Amino acid sequence: MIEGLRTGHGGQVDRGRPVHFQFDGRRYQGFAGDTLASALLANGVHLMGRSFKYHRPRGLLAAGPEEPNALVTVRRDAARVTPNLRATQVEIYEGLVAESQNRWPSLRFDVGAINDFFSPFIPAGFYYKTFMWPRRAWYSLYEPRIRAAAGLGTAPTLPDPDRYANRFAHCDVLVVGAGPAGLAAATAAAQAGARVILADEQAQAGGSLLSDAAGSSALIEGRPATQWLTQALAALTSNPRVTVLTRTTAFGYFPHNLVALSERITDHLATPSPDAPRERQWQVRAREVVIGAGAIERPLVFSGNDRPGILLAGAARTFLNRYGVLPGTRAVLVTADDAAYQAALDLQDAGVFIACIADTRAAGAAGERARAAGIPVLNDACVLATQGRRRVNAIELARRTDGGLAERQTQPCDLVLMSGGFTPSVHLHSQSRGKLDWSEALQVFLPGASPERCRSAGACRGVFGLEAAVGDGSAAGAAAARDALDPRRSGVDPGGAAGRASAQVAPAPAQSAGFSGALPVNGRVRGRAFVDWQNDVTSKDLALALREGFRSIEHVKRYTTTGMATDQGKTSNLNALGIVASALKRTPPQVGLTTFRMPYTPVTFGSFAGLQRGELFDPVRRTPMYDWAAARGAVFEDVGLWKRARYFPRSGEDMHAAVNRECRAARSGCGIFDASTLGKIEVVGPDAVTFMNRLYVNAWNSLAVGRCRYGILTRDDGFIYDDGVVARISDQVFHVTTTTGGAPRVLAMMEDYLQTEWNELKVWLTSTTEQWAVIAVQGPKARAVLEGLVDVDLAPAAFPHMSVARGHILGVPMRLFRVSFTGELGYEVNVPADFGRAVWEAIYERGQAHGMTPYGTEAMHVLRAEKGYIIVGQDTDGTVTPEDAGLSWAVGKSKPDYVGKRSLARPAMSAPERRQLVGLTTRDGAVVLEEGAQVLAQSGAPVPTRPLGFVTSSYFSANLGRSIAMGLVSGGRARTGQTLYVPTEHGEVAVEVTGTVFLDPKGERING
Amino acid sequence: MLLINCPYCGERPEPEFVYGGQAHIARPAQPAGVEAQDWADYLYRRDNVRGVHAERWRHTRGCGRFFNALRDTTTDHFLATYKVGEPRPAAGGTR
Amino acid sequence: MADLAHARTAPLVDENRWLRMLPDVCRWVLRGDEPVRAAAEAALGLPVPAEACRAGTSGERAALWLGPDEWLLIAPEGQEGLADRLARALEGRPHSLVDVSHRQVGLLVHGDVATTLLASGCPLDLSDRAFPVGMCTRTVLAKAEVVLWRTGVDEFRLEVWRSFAPYVTQFLAESARGTI
Ligand SMILES: [Zn+2]
Repeated sequence: MIEGLRTGHGGQVDRGRPVHFQFDGRRYQGFAGDTLASALLANGVHLMGRSFKYHRPRGLLAAGPEEPNALVTVRRDAARVTPNLRATQVEIYEGLVAESQNRWPSLRFDVGAINDFFSPFIPAGFYYKTFMWPRRAWYSLYEPRIRAAAGLGTAPTLPDPDRYANRFAHCDVLVVGAGPAGLAAATAAAQAGARVILADEQAQAGGSLLSDAAGSSALIEGRPATQWLTQALAALTSNPRVTVLTRTTAFGYFPHNLVALSERITDHLATPSPDAPRERQWQVRAREVVIGAGAIERPLVFSGNDRPGILLAGAARTFLNRYGVLPGTRAVLVTADDAAYQAALDLQDAGVFIACIADTRAAGAAGERARAAGIPVLNDACVLATQGRRRVNAIELARRTDGGLAERQTQPCDLVLMSGGFTPSVHLHSQSRGKLDWSEALQVFLPGASPERCRSAGACRGVFGLEAAVGDGSAAGAAAARDALDPRRSGVDPGGAAGRASAQVAPAPAQSAGFSGALPVNGRVRGRAFVDWQNDVTSKDLALALREGFRSIEHVKRYTTTGMATDQGKTSNLNALGIVASALKRTPPQVGLTTFRMPYTPVTFGSFAGLQRGELFDPVRRTPMYDWAAARGAVFEDVGLWKRARYFPRSGEDMHAAVNRECRAARSGCGIFDASTLGKIEVVGPDAVTFMNRLYVNAWNSLAVGRCRYGILTRDDGFIYDDGVVARISDQVFHVTTTTGGAPRVLAMMEDYLQTEWNELKVWLTSTTEQWAVIAVQGPKARAVLEGLVDVDLAPAAFPHMSVARGHILGVPMRLFRVSFTGELGYEVNVPADFGRAVWEAIYERGQAHGMTPYGTEAMHVLRAEKGYIIVGQDTDGTVTPEDAGLSWAVGKSKPDYVGKRSLARPAMSAPERRQLVGLTTRDGAVVLEEGAQVLAQSGAPVPTRPLGFVTSSYFSANLGRSIAMGLVSGGRARTGQTLYVPTEHGEVAVEVTGTVFLDPKGERING
Repeated sequence: MLLINCPYCGERPEPEFVYGGQAHIARPAQPAGVEAQDWADYLYRRDNVRGVHAERWRHTRGCGRFFNALRDTTTDHFLATYKVGEPRPAAGGTR
Repeated sequence: MADLAHARTAPLVDENRWLRMLPDVCRWVLRGDEPVRAAAEAALGLPVPAEACRAGTSGERAALWLGPDEWLLIAPEGQEGLADRLARALEGRPHSLVDVSHRQVGLLVHGDVATTLLASGCPLDLSDRAFPVGMCTRTVLAKAEVVLWRTGVDEFRLEVWRSFAPYVTQFLAESARGTI
């Protein structure tokens, strides 16, 4: 630290606890309680960044979240790299390593600053106009270079090693902002008995009170302000109904009073516990919200206003009083507002020489006080220019007269304070879809009516001044508690025919309105006057946008980028509006404001992901037999959330070899397959058969108890939605199976029709997907394996294909299905899930004498394709009718209605050119087509061409010794025998159109 | 995350619900006799309301019931929720 | 052949200080109208709530209101015969009674941190005022659907579909880490 830059006492820093940190590789020392910004200032470092576009040297403008220039990257290790942090919000800790951004090779010497010399050629819209052609070059050439040259920090490339947490919270009153108004609101609400959450983005509660001088004479409720703050906080933190969250930003307002908070838990710690989450995202549902977001001081738009050393008056006061740092030695204040005079007086008390106060207004009372303190005041002042390269060293001032300028002067200085008045922070109110009302008196937008149950208090609704803000907060807190605890109120939803009138009390008396827009200058303006520091937008850029015909403020914003990016116009919006309004000769409310987008300040992606990453990104569902398969080295695949065994490789086998072996085993001996993931729905009630008749395309009256049928479900648009075996367990009970992925949506569709169309039916639906473990035993030896294990007579006559029976297997209750998805003799053993593993092992053990082989989903796919059985979602795509899929035989044509029937009756649904499912046989059986490949009518068809369809399923069939494929082909069945062409990356493949049953076309194997 | 007043369970958070599209579109009793255009309207044609919209919700991860709601699409306020089969309440003015 | 009637294998869950798996029980989903509810109540000697989102208990048995025509019935292992008794009592009344004993598992989240843990993934207000002892409901916990039943001031029973149980327990363990 440089000796003279730190005051000897006062403020919130602990001078007994030095903290060491690095900035751009240099070591510095600050104190506990410093931000990176205050600590750097205390070391005489003003240059903290390079601007976005022109790479101009930039210092601090502000002391809080509105800081647009001093964006830094904090680096804890290779993975923990956080870019774009505002130095004014980074709390220093021992060992902190921070870097400036957007400069190369160094902050002091930045090659990119050449952009500044070319700046006359890089006006707003430059990139849009210049790099339009050739279009392709935008992506490969221009954009990457522009992005490298202009921009913000660099994102880390390693996975984020930190943990993030989530919390849903509920309260009566959420208070955002712990400044004077927010503290008063929380206090009043808590005293009324409300559950309160008070959130503030800073490390300490107090807001603007923290920026008051130690000896400030300010009083709140008759007590010194500092004492009031301490007592109010103590009362709140000791109240069990109150939660006080610091370092917590309310960054978004969502419908029905849901406010998202981002709590930063470990970023300020030198050595955080590895268990502690770095951040916690709160989703707070509040019956009432009080916004005490305060106000942001407005910069003045004058030529050369962006040099390091030129900062907001209030920021200088904060650095002095809160952090004990002198931001300069010789200062000039440029102001359009009375409040800024206090900064000059505070700095003077601390020993800073105030060379001059340049007030843009006519003489007034504030000026008299300054003159009394020995400070010269220049009224009707304008700023002609500033000087200095990496830090301001002089400012050129003059007095505006009718015809020109008087009292021209160049004031040497190393600090320029400016204030255009205060802009209420209406971001959160605006995000609540609240209206903004223009205040003629204050010349700012204030919160108007909101559809949400929120009210603003204090400076964020234009109530400035300590006593007034506290009174306003107190009233808002009490009113919020009263509304939240109103016993007539049923819930949080702000609905009700009339919505709710705005809860604001009368607006506060107007104080000085400050100034918005470009400061008037008589005569020629040299240099650039910045409006948006972060996005490098000048008053000339705005003028250019208007000259080019942009009128809507939203268009001007996008063309010039003012108010965009992480900053969202905190310091720039109102000045931009003032410039646009005066150029268009409209009033600010006629021009309007752009939307305040969330987040208020940037929020990490980790905070949104919370716990839901890695293993917890999605639930991983495993069947009862998963461990058995895993122990045998099964390779799994994801099917929905399920892990299903795909194949069981033996040592040395690749997938192809394993699948071929599994397929041969199922057709020569027997295979065992885990079908537990199939969806299962128990349809129960006296009207069960009526329900099934109305829903599924099949006719169910004829399905006898103890029998099964392949069912097809279409939606009312006539397209196949799902399929599966349906068993009639008893007169009133159907056991319906669905595809693995289709289970929830089929149940939802059933419930929809049942509850909203046919609620007269006495039938109920219960998901039993997870009640049953399902073990498929398939192959010529299947009966031999199960005989003796089950107490059901398996003789073909007693238990033919498509039968179902209740019984036991080894003493375990069971539903036994004789069904086949392989075309072989097959059974599916359903047992209560906890028994699945033991029963599976017992069957497997018994099966060893018959060559039983476990097979996975890959073999299952091949086996069913050999038989032409479809998989919904693979051989269908939401535009396939039962007829298209060759399944007309399943449709109960004599039924008067079923879901989908009316649509299927449309002539277009049976047009001959519709795509139909057919077999596609390559001439060379070794060639396996790629699923999804297009099917063309002609060889060598020129591109572009219209395909006839595409391949839906394609495999190598070990049992047939050749490849097989199915595809959806326009008029496919009529093309049987024709040769079609499938383009592949290895050239065109000729295929013959065939039927879809490749193996055992007579279906004899199913009888064993 | 909206709060939705299930007619059976009371005010509950949106993640428990599934949106079900426009309400009061009844499936024709005799679809076979419905003209093609009317059938297409039934299947596909929906209002796009700025203001009060009658819509279906299902408290899927709750009581499982479908119900209807009047929601103002400009404010997301729910003016009413009511059970399947009940008429659309008068509340809610224009549409 | 061996008798496997006791060869049960439950899904593996990570138990910890605040979370344990509950013993196997019999479970049924009962569906039907008000007379069915009343008849079931009489047959089981167990309050079967008509009030939404409430659980009735009698000894180790419980009936949880899950919907206006839907209850989850819970009885200790070994009371499988209850289903027959209930079916007889409900004969002639349209209803549905489906065994879901193996569909889901019971987990107990307990201790003064119970609501905090659950609040990391459950969007409901779990304060005593909004979710009193005896309240039960289907809801969500992160990306899983659960039945949540407050059995004590600091005690919640979760009924979770078996394949979601490892996820739910991992999620709660992870949310406990560093928070408590
Ligand atoms: Zn409900």
